[in-house]
Amino acid sequence: MTLQQLSNIVKGNILHDPVKSVDYRYAFASDLMSDVLRFHMDDAVLITGLSTIQTVRTAEMSNLPCIVVARGKQISNEMIALASENHIALVSSPLTVFEISGKLYMNGIKPVY
Amino acid sequence: MEVQYEIQGGDFSTAGQASSEIKKLLKQFNIDPQIVRRIAIALFEAEVNVVAHAYKGIMKADIEPESIRVIVEDEGPGIEDIEKAMEEGFSTASEAVRQMGFGAGMGLPNIKKNVDEMILTSVPGRGTCLKMKVLF
Repeated sequence: MTLQQLSNIVKGNILHDPVKSVDYRYAFASDLMSDVLRFHMDDAVLITGLSTIQTVRTAEMSNLPCIVVARGKQISNEMIALASENHIALVSSPLTVFEISGKLYMNGIKPVY
Repeated sequence: MEVQYEIQGGDFSTAGQASSEIKKLLKQFNIDPQIVRRIAIALFEAEVNVVAHAYKGIMKADIEPESIRVIVEDEGPGIEDIEKAMEEGFSTASEAVRQMGFGAGMGLPNIKKNVDEMILTSVPGRGTCLKMKVLF
């Protein structure tokens, strides 16, 4: 699925679109960055309630191309700048991690682990 | 090729900058992206450990044609029991570190998983030295 399709499904707002074509097929939901760093995350979407600069750093290190921040949490300009620097898509969604996961799963996105 | 970066203890806003610089450097070479990812994750875990536990540290990387060697050395409380620290789930991290999404006691085991060689030494009350090597 495209970034636009993904964002529509989670009622999201795209805060950074790196304009690179990624076909999103997998996702991982976690607030624990240590857990994200343990698994192969290439081309997966990170669904998280943790909205810090370290969320974006973790995505950068793990080759994660997209972060969906749940519950409409505030996303800082530093996070957007770091996502932009590393070509990571950043989406803000008003839904909970549970709802985002459920909606994406119902639309064919598979778990990473 | 040698590079060196300083790491500031307690400063989570800059945690990861040194690892990021080295990852960007490695991406310029013809190295398997999965190996670059393994190196980046190990460096990031090590850098977060310095930020979470130490007062300050340095990350020195030596990039050779067939491998990278990295030393992460810090001044800090050190590790009392290295064997225990290597166990999954064991952590002495503060609540503030946990709120940043770390401190679950998975960093050191994850470093070991991602590198080809790892030597961890520590002097309690003085600091910790982590040496890592990854073959390309």
